[in-house]
This record gives sequence, structure tokens and C-alpha cells, in this order.
Amino acid sequence: MTTHLRDEQGPFFGEFGGRFMPESLIAALDEISAAYEEAKADPTFAAELAELHRTYTGRPSIITEAPRFGEHAGGARIILKREDLNHTGSHKINNVLGQALLARRIGKTRLIAETGAGQHGVATATAAALFGMKCVVYMGEVDTERQALNVARMRLLGAEVIPVTTGTRTLKDALNEAFRDWVANVEDTHYLLGTVAGPHPFPVMVRDFHKVIGEEAREQVLELTGALPDAVVACVGGGSNAIGIFHAFLDDPDVKLYGYEAAGDGIDTLRHAATITMGRPGVLHGSRSIMLQDSDGQTLDSHSISAGLDYPGVGPEHAWLSSIGRAEYLPITDAQAMSAFRLLCQTEGIIPAIESAHALAGAIDLGRELGPDATILVSLSGRGDKDVETAGRYFGVLDEQALVAGTREQNALDSNELIDGAVEVDELDRDLAQGMGTER
Amino acid sequence: MSEATSELRATSPVGSVIQAANATRAGALIGYLPVGFPNLQQSIDAAVALVENGVDVLELGLPYSDPVMDGPVIQKATQSALESGFHLSDAFTAVEAIRARVDAPILLMTYYNPVLQYGIERFATDLVSAGGAGLITPDLTVDSGAEWISASERTGLDRVFLTAPTSTDERLKLAIENSRGFVYVVSTMGVTGARNDVDAAARTLVDRLRANGLETDGSSGACVGIGISTPDQVAEVLAYADGAIVGSALVRALSEDGVAGVARVARSLATGTTR
Ligand SMILES: Cc1ncc(COP(=O)(O)O)c(C=O)c1O
Repeated sequence: MTTHLRDEQGPFFGEFGGRFMPESLIAALDEISAAYEEAKADPTFAAELAELHRTYTGRPSIITEAPRFGEHAGGARIILKREDLNHTGSHKINNVLGQALLARRIGKTRLIAETGAGQHGVATATAAALFGMKCVVYMGEVDTERQALNVARMRLLGAEVIPVTTGTRTLKDALNEAFRDWVANVEDTHYLLGTVAGPHPFPVMVRDFHKVIGEEAREQVLELTGALPDAVVACVGGGSNAIGIFHAFLDDPDVKLYGYEAAGDGIDTLRHAATITMGRPGVLHGSRSIMLQDSDGQTLDSHSISAGLDYPGVGPEHAWLSSIGRAEYLPITDAQAMSAFRLLCQTEGIIPAIESAHALAGAIDLGRELGPDATILVSLSGRGDKDVETAGRYFGVLDEQALVAGTREQNALDSNELIDGAVEVDELDRDLAQGMGTER
Repeated sequence: MSEATSELRATSPVGSVIQAANATRAGALIGYLPVGFPNLQQSIDAAVALVENGVDVLELGLPYSDPVMDGPVIQKATQSALESGFHLSDAFTAVEAIRARVDAPILLMTYYNPVLQYGIERFATDLVSAGGAGLITPDLTVDSGAEWISASERTGLDRVFLTAPTSTDERLKLAIENSRGFVYVVSTMGVTGARNDVDAAARTLVDRLRANGLETDGSSGACVGIGISTPDQVAEVLAYADGAIVGSALVRALSEDGVAGVARVARSLATGTTR
């Protein structure tokens, strides 16, 4: 029986989705909805985006078999979809280029974004540089410390990074701050939301810009193995890489879909970000979905070693796919993710983002369950360059003194090379120094 | 519109206070304070002090973890209320305690999720029992608010929807038709916080609301909020609007100078309502 789960266009996915937003932003949301509908119907928009992906992003991204890793996953055939090889280092660029093109179509000259791991911020700063737009990125103060390298990248690309000091000082508060900026600057500013959450049309639009991941991978796996995979797995923060790789398979009922959420210290502790596993329905950041909240409906703090998954909400389409049983969402602890992280490094020579390592850890469990006949397609959503410091410290392989000396040297170099960069370099130095002092 | 509905509309407590203020003075003064800041008792005392010093309608904010419409002053106050253990039930306690001491209608200003989690119907019922007048919903618009609209129809609670300079005429009409008590005029594109000038956009928006059918008829009216912090600004706004809403300036006074301080600022703001 074929289903038509791919046809959902919002604003609602079952009971989830919608638009719960201040009136001040409704006009902007309507403007984007209309512009997006128009762009979808305009072949030149699709052509322009495809050309950018071919010549700038590096699409299609390849798939890579991971047999040595697979030995640890019950001997299952593990195939990695290499979004880590995209320009800027993650899947985030797919959505960013789409929305940036759209923003340009509607005459916006300033892009703002929230970011957790910094990957979405880096991608947005990149698009702003490419299109000659201004760029401001909001990032929780906690995240600017643990992803200091990406803060530096954004600044090098010409973006202003604003550390958010309100609330829990992580991704959810960065979204709040971005919404506040948008309310005040909506005339010239597009809010380039980085995941499949938020008010309509973001969940649908961001999904559409990422569904190329699954469309490519479905063809690539068919060509390689002659069959569809038994399972497709991805990590889930807000859920953009997951929906991107799931979407092409939604109407293939024999393909099982697994989303892995960050369980931090464990779902039996208060320190996790396993939204679907542990949360319940509510409204956060403009849509009705599942979220971590207390009995009064106050959003709970989330925790994960991975900044990109450290979010107490999830996109509404995932809440819906979970509610109808089409996809299953399971928790992966920090420890499981880090052990999968190291395993991929040492068996395949690929350093994954810690976010993506959650999907890898899920693949290990699933492979052991399904056995050697199974084929598992894994979304390798990003690369681990940004996480080298966190992982280095986690595994005790970081030579702290060499790193501090190296940073000094690099900064001295930068200050000579950057035009009127004195102030920025000072800030950069400070942020890096702060990052250095952060204990795991 | 049904008979029952129009009867409810005609008896809006907030609407009649605003109408009366416009008959006798330049218009109404509406004061915002968060519940539970600096603590529950002082937030109650401060609200009472507002009414005793010339505030016509109270707008009590419910602290929420993700207040996207609020600027730094109110964020700081509500975050501190949450940290010192604010619970939703405190809102009903506060409404009841304030109503026992002064006779001004009280609207709760709340983001949607706490109401949703409490249960919309249950929230409405408990608000009526506590003596509350209705809700202002900053992140719930008419087109997403069917459940709240039906709960307020059942209970007769007022519902205040927001309008912004960017709202289309069609959306202004939607807000006018569905609001009861007043229509909230967001003066400027931005979050809450004191500003030196109240945006000219506020006057334009009030004119557009009137052109789209809004009247000062005891069921609704146009009250301007965001950025108002001085008696002169109150007077300026009341020259064209039915009410002026002050928030951050009161919250700041309360946090800096306590209940006596907020009483002083309210008394001074109220001089802006004379004609
Ligand atoms: C590499 C990578 N993967 C995954 C995520 C999580 O986001 P999402 O769930 O939207 O894919 C992030 C977010 O920062 C990321 O950088």
C-alpha cells in the first residue's frame, strides 16, 4: 500500500504545526509564505538553487560505505550520506542558500539567524557574504563558549555574533532573541530560521530545502545495492537533517525511519534533550509540537554535549510522524554518542560532528538488532572540526599548553592580516580564552 | 452575532471602565506589572498601589520562560519571578487578592502555552472564579485562537487581541470583531520597553482601526501600548486613543524603588489622563 505522507504542506501536520506568533510578525510570515509559493512555481528559482548547490555547496553529496564501522554494528551494511562534505561542513547550507535566495527575491538586505552548534550561523554568514547582505547571528552564551571556533568563523565571514545571556543561554534563547530582533527590523530583515521548527511556513519550507538529501541518497543507495535501505537514521535537534533524509522515504513503507534524540546524561536524569521521548504537546517558538516543559507549561532546560541538539523542542512534522508511528524516536546519551564518534574516527577516518555521532550510535544499536543482512542509511549531517576541542578534552587527548600557545600565535598572525580587525581579534581572543577554561 | 454574545459584549467590565474614562477624562490608563515580582505579596501590593494612584485597568503579566514580545526590563523581572518559584496558580491568588482590595478590572497578559497546559476551559473558569476580567494574548492571534474564543464566549471573559502597524485591513477587522474590552495597538515594531518617542505609527494605526469600524462603545476601544513611559506620552496618546498602556516604566520603578516608587510613578502618569 502506498501512502502519501510526502504531500503534507502545512500549516498543520495532524494536530501539530500552525502559527502561534505575535501579530507584529504575521505580515512577514505571510510575505515569506507567498514568496515561497511563487518561487516554487518559478523554474528559474529551482534552477538557480540547483546551480548554487552544484557549484558552491558541492552537491550531490556522496555516499560512503563504512564496513569497518559496520563490524561494530552487528555486521550491518552501513552507508553514510556525506552532508559533512558540503561547503561550510554540514547539511545546514541546503536550507540557508534556499532561504537566502528567497530573501533576496523579496528585497531583504539583512539576514539574522539563531545558532546552536554554530553550523547554521556559519552557513548563514557564508550566504550573507556571498550575496552581499548584512548578517547578525544570535548564539547562546554557553554555546559561544563550547563552539568558540565557529564564533571565530562567523566573524571572519563578516557576521556579527551576539551572545545571548537570557534564559538558559542556549539555542532556545537564541531563537527568542532572533524573533525579538525580527519584530523590530522586519522591514529589511529576513529571519533565516535554521531548522524545521517555528511558525508556518518555516517547517515546510526548511524541509523542502533539505529534502534533496533523501532524494539523492535514495537514488544512490538503489544504485549501489539494488534495493532500498532497511532503515534510515538521523540525529534530531530541531529535526532538519532528519526530515531532509526521511522525506524521500516517507511513502516507502518497508523503510524504517529512526530519529535519535540527545539523552545527555540519561533520560532518567533531568539533564537531557530527548524531546519526543520525554516531552508532551505544547506551543513553543510559534508552533504546536512536542516539547520539554513543566506542569505549568514553562519550557525546561535541555542538556546535551552537542550544542546542535541541545533544544527542548522539535519540529512539528516529527511530532506528527511519531504520533502516527511512521518514524520512531529514540534517546542516545552523551557517552554513547562520544563512543560512536571515536569509533567512526578510528574505523573509517572520518571525524563526525557530535550531533551526527548520535545517529551513528543509533546505527550501532540498530545494526546489532537487525543483523548483517540489513542496510542502514545514516545521515552524517556534519563534520567534527568544530568539535575537536570538546572531543579532545572528553577523551583527554588535547595538549592544553600547545593549544593555548597555538591560539596566541594564530591571533598574532590574524591581527597583522585582518584589516581594521583589532577589535574583533581582541574579542576572538577573549572568546577562545573563555572556551579554553570551560570544563566538560 | 448571537443575542447572548452582544449582551456579553455590552457588559465588558474593561470596556465600560475605558468608556467612562473617556467620558470624564482624556482616556484610560492601563498599568502592567508581572505577577510574582519581586515576590507574590509585593506584586499584589504594587498592583493595588497602581489602582489607588490613578490606574484604571490592570494588566498582570504571567511570567513565562520564552517571552518573545518582551524587552530587557520585563524579561528580567519575569525571569526573576520564575527563579523565585512563580506558579500559574499564583495568578489566580493575585487576582483574587487585588480584587478584594480595589475595584479595577484585571486582565492577565499571558503567552499561550501556560494556558494551553492548564487547560483553556479550566483556565477560563478559574479566572472567572478569581474575579478576573479576561486575557491579553501576545502570541495568540484570532486565526489561531478558536479554542480561547470559544472559552471566552462561554465565560464572558474579555479577550484582547493585538494589532500592529504591519497588520492588513483584513486583519484589523478580524481583531476588531473578535476583541472585547479593547483592541491592543502595538505602537511600534519592536518589543516592550520605554522609548523616547511614541511612534507616529501608533496614531496611523488607531486611525486605521477607526476607519475599519472600531468604536469606543463600552465593548471595545483602541489602547496603545509599548514604549509609553511619561505623563506627556500618556497625554499625547490619549489625544487620539482610548487608553494608554504603560509597562516597563512601572516595572523599572518597582524594581528600583519598591511599592512606594511604583505608586509615585503611577500617580505621575495619571496626570497625563486629565483633559
Ligand atoms: C552537524 C549538525 N547536525 C545536526 C544538527 C541538528 O539540527 P537538526 O536537527 O535541525 O538537523 C546540527 C545543528 O546545529 C548540526 O550542526
